Amino acid sequence: MAYSDKVLDHYENPRNVGNMDKEAKNVGTGMVGAPACGDVMRLQIQVNEQGVIEDAKFKTYGCGSAIASSSLLTEWVKGKTLEEAQQIKNTQIAEELALPPVKVHCSVLAEDAIKAAVQDYASKNAKS
Amino acid sequence: MKLPIYMDYSATTPVDPRVAEKMCQFLTPDGKFGNPASRSHQFGWDADEAVEQARRDVAALLNANPKEIVWTSGATESDNLAIKGAAHFYQRQGKHIITCKTEHKAVLDTCRQLEREGFEVTYLDPESNGLIDLGKLEAAMRDDTILVSIMHVNNEIGVVQDIEAIGEMTRARKILFHVDAAQSAGKIPLDMERAKVDLLSLSAHKIYGPKGIGALYVRRKPRVRLEAQMHGGGHERGMRSGTLPTHQIVGMGEAFRIAKEEMAQENERIIQLRDRLWNGFKGMDEIYLNGDLEQRVAGNLNVSFAYVEGESLIMALKDFAVSSGSACTSASLEPSYVLRAIGREDELAHSSIRFSIGRFTTEEEVDYVIKTISDQVNRLRELSPLWDMFKEGVDLKSVQWAAH
Repeated sequence: MAYSDKVLDHYENPRNVGNMDKEAKNVGTGMVGAPACGDVMRLQIQVNEQGVIEDAKFKTYGCGSAIASSSLLTEWVKGKTLEEAQQIKNTQIAEELALPPVKVHCSVLAEDAIKAAVQDYASKNAKS
Repeated sequence: MKLPIYMDYSATTPVDPRVAEKMCQFLTPDGKFGNPASRSHQFGWDADEAVEQARRDVAALLNANPKEIVWTSGATESDNLAIKGAAHFYQRQGKHIITCKTEHKAVLDTCRQLEREGFEVTYLDPESNGLIDLGKLEAAMRDDTILVSIMHVNNEIGVVQDIEAIGEMTRARKILFHVDAAQSAGKIPLDMERAKVDLLSLSAHKIYGPKGIGALYVRRKPRVRLEAQMHGGGHERGMRSGTLPTHQIVGMGEAFRIAKEEMAQENERIIQLRDRLWNGFKGMDEIYLNGDLEQRVAGNLNVSFAYVEGESLIMALKDFAVSSGSACTSASLEPSYVLRAIGREDELAHSSIRFSIGRFTTEEEVDYVIKTISDQVNRLRELSPLWDMFKEGVDLKSVQWAAH
């Protein structure tokens, strides 16, 4: 299968790889997927008091398209408000990376990841 | 060293230049291009002689009689002819067939078709090392069992089944025994005088012959009957009609002749390279060999690199050709059914790579592959949340995953 140049670029030079302190109050963590299915994404966002995502990190176990989808996602969410970040659609990711139909599920996973991260942040900050 | 490196010899092999040269003599106007079925002129006689020489060469590798060799288009057709042909011919004696879950799709799908026609098929589970427990095979045999089909060498994990022992069991019960030997011919000695195999599928392109040609060994003593699957001019004693492709057959014959001559020496060299590769990986954490190491064909190494997904690893290995048991390489989302059948968890099945070494593999290539794999597995593990969790001591089985 031929990968698009953008997928290859993200795969070879993934952006924002890393971990944040998942216990920190200003950090939201979303982990989606399952090892048995061949892909797991962990997305973490650091949110400031204005509700803007200041930083994002990811780690992904999965095929090149899954790695590229999550890498691209970290670039896109930075500087966005939580509200805006949740508007990101898998179709936008799939389009940007020119994913073939069999790889669309990778972009769906990325959309799930940002939603899960925002939810984690919200639940942490609602309890206090 | 020339890049990319080819390490997928179980998928197919290049044609040996000696074979290609010989094939070229049977195509052009100044070559022996005749139809081997033409009985009335020199062109036909020459082609026929070449086909019969090839038949002798193929038979010689198996220690069989040339009259027991039927040309086909490849191992898939041979499997179809053997299994459907025998099932249809002997169905009045019973309609039960035994095979194994790790067989090639050419066998499994053929059995599925027979199930649709009213046959009953038992699919044996192999042990975790990939081998069949002969006690379980024996227990599956019934009065109405007419055929057992077990491959000699598995295409994915390279394990070698004990076909001599199985042959004793089937012969004692007058059950026919079919062996798919596509991955073993030319790599493991085959002796049809000793092994009580009734039908044996062969392919040319796995042992440096051309694609599109294969053969089925059909035992004469005791005689095995088949219902033809391809009808027409009655070629190959009625078992497989169709004009014989002289150049392909000559190529297969030459490939088998070379294999007989060079197999012992070649195996020694390939085992050395395979062990070098495996030893090169051994320094890495969390790697697992799939399939038995001892009962294994020389050129195959199938390894799972835990916490790294197979397709992403293959992407990183663009300088060499290997294959993955991961789902993503194909359109389906299921990981390798062979690895599943031997009880590998999906995670490890998704993380598996098959390296297959052959005639033209060099030590330099093996060393390059070891270095690249080590570097890339480390890089991808740094990207993997599962690797983080493993390092933290989290048991991945205890995590509630959101399957999708």
